[in-house]
Amino acid sequence: MTEPILAVRKISKLFGSVIALSDVSAEVYPGQVTCLLGDNGAGKSTLIKILAGVHQQTDGDFFFEGKRVKFNSPREALARGIATVYQDLAMVPLMPIWRNFFLGAEPEKGRGLFRRYDIEFAKRTVREELGRMGIDIRDPDQPVGTMSGGERQSVAIARAVYFGAKVLILDEPTAALGVKQAGTVLKYIARAAARDLGVIFITHNPHHAYPVGDRFIILKRGRTRGIWNKDEITREEMIRSMSGADEMEALTHELDEVTRRRETNKLADSEAGS
Amino acid sequence: MATKATIAGQRDERVAQIGFFRNLFRQPEVGAVIGAVVVWAFFAIVTPDNWVSVTGVARILDSSSTLGIMAVAVALLMIGGEFDLSAGVMTGTTALITGMISTQLGWSIWLTMLVALAFALIVGYLNGVMVVKTGLPSFIITLATFFILRGANVGVTRLVVNQVRVAGIDKVPGFEAARLLFNTEFQILGAEFRTVTIWWIILTVIASWILLRTRYGNWIYATGGDANAARSQGVPSQWVKIALFMTTATAAWLVGTMNDLRLRSAVASQGIGNEFIFIIAAVIGGCLLTGGYGSAIGASMGALIFGMVRVGITFAGWDTDWFYAFLGVMLLVSVLVNDFTRKRAEAVTVAGAKAKTEEKEAA
Ligand SMILES: Nc1ncnc2c1ncn2[C@@H]1O[C@H](COP(=O)(O)OP(=O)(O)OP(=O)(O)O)[C@@H](O)[C@H]1O
Ligand SMILES: [Mg+2]
Repeated sequence: MTEPILAVRKISKLFGSVIALSDVSAEVYPGQVTCLLGDNGAGKSTLIKILAGVHQQTDGDFFFEGKRVKFNSPREALARGIATVYQDLAMVPLMPIWRNFFLGAEPEKGRGLFRRYDIEFAKRTVREELGRMGIDIRDPDQPVGTMSGGERQSVAIARAVYFGAKVLILDEPTAALGVKQAGTVLKYIARAAARDLGVIFITHNPHHAYPVGDRFIILKRGRTRGIWNKDEITREEMIRSMSGADEMEALTHELDEVTRRRETNKLADSEAGS
Repeated sequence: MATKATIAGQRDERVAQIGFFRNLFRQPEVGAVIGAVVVWAFFAIVTPDNWVSVTGVARILDSSSTLGIMAVAVALLMIGGEFDLSAGVMTGTTALITGMISTQLGWSIWLTMLVALAFALIVGYLNGVMVVKTGLPSFIITLATFFILRGANVGVTRLVVNQVRVAGIDKVPGFEAARLLFNTEFQILGAEFRTVTIWWIILTVIASWILLRTRYGNWIYATGGDANAARSQGVPSQWVKIALFMTTATAAWLVGTMNDLRLRSAVASQGIGNEFIFIIAAVIGGCLLTGGYGSAIGASMGALIFGMVRVGITFAGWDTDWFYAFLGVMLLVSVLVNDFTRKRAEAVTVAGAKAKTEEKEAA
């Protein structure tokens, strides 16, 4: 196996007295999708924020391309090639796709007073780049706000890839999406990995993680619950270790109870009505 | 690969054809352009005699020009997501500074213009810094600036010249040359036009160029559309806003100077109340009050509509009180039209996107 592009060793993070992460170790390989799973509050966002330079670890080591690093700001991480696509996507809804794609890094041409935005290049590039990711945009002038959530995610991913990301971090990109749109985004995640990026994909949903993931890291209460390669674990095993089978069973019972009670009520209502 | 590219190429051509009207309606200034045509036609029917003539055009342009200069600057600021309620009174402040220093000290008007410009830039900078550092609505911050300047305009003028009017500006050194550049009259086809109009047109073109053809324009739209998103993409949103406040102050300085040169005097109450007219012109021109959307050409069209209504009512011999009634109607109609065109532009695109998805599913 190749060298990991990014690795953390026994990382801990305290927020005051809250232990958000403790002794977490993990690796991310280029060309692979590494899925980060776990319950609410497990520490997923905290971990990727350390990788992205938003937070600094309290303890432990962070290696990038084989060297020990510590990023003091998201800009530093981005400059080294660690790009993060957050849920708000950092896109301006009223602006066209091409303007959003190059926002903050606008290509220019001309000199002096006539230095100007190279609009033709921008539109062409957006079309090509999105085409390479398999996204067919009919009209680069379409305002981003009128695209579907899945399309927007895909544009954000394509943008990170175009601007030379080596590691792409996606924090719950499929959380707000319907089944079909989530499927579209999963496809682009796989394509980004196929272009040799190390992709870190955070999700709550094992059904989204399993099809695209090459490695799975499950966090629980700030600790590593387990790390598996795809061939080492089945989907069912993964679901079980994520939730804890007993908890899931208890929940199922509870839900059944609620449903039954609702149906009884409905029956009573309709009888009263007639 | 080659076949794929050809297919994509064919598709693009078809899009270009059906996209013409959609793209037209997607321009923020469409409503204002239509409005300007309608208002012009209205007065052409009501009072055709003078209206449809070179003199009529000259009168309309004269009445719109300084307002247009301000409306364009205010539109840039509104696209950037902020308001400047001190923009109107600032035209008076700068006019008074230039007028008083040059008449009292006998300085060249060019020099005192620079002093007034420096003052305007500092106030614009302070407006901007206070807004971006406190995060308070610019409505409140610049309302405070408005009151301070309004009070100081009268107070200082009284202290210095013992009345509320500064007269005799035309006797100071450099006056004629400055007037020639900023606000003199010239004849075309027997009608009197002013250089202010040329300034207005040039500034509208420059503002449009910046908005649509430079990275700074991209930053202005992004800052007004979603400042957080802009910042996380590396756009210096705070500086964009500060620069925009300095731009409106500079425009106010230019207009204040132009008024000095035209009227040869300055009054302490000058410009008060105009701040809303600038904003209304920008809104008629398609600017959203929430920022991130609008155009410089639209704002100029808004100013032109103003000028037409003002002149048209005089030509028709109506009571000038009707001006405000007319204005209210214009504002309401344009806001509704803008809202409609914007939603329509979006609806068309969403429908297009849906059709595309269905097309794909069928394939
Ligand atoms: N800035 C902070 N200050 C204090 N505590 C924090 C901070 N950020 C996170 N925490 C705490 O750290 C723990 C881990 O939070 P984190 O956001 O990493 O969880 P998560 O796995 O991303 O959860 P979710 O699935 O809900 O997004 C939580 O208990 C949270 O309350
Ligand atoms: Mg989280």
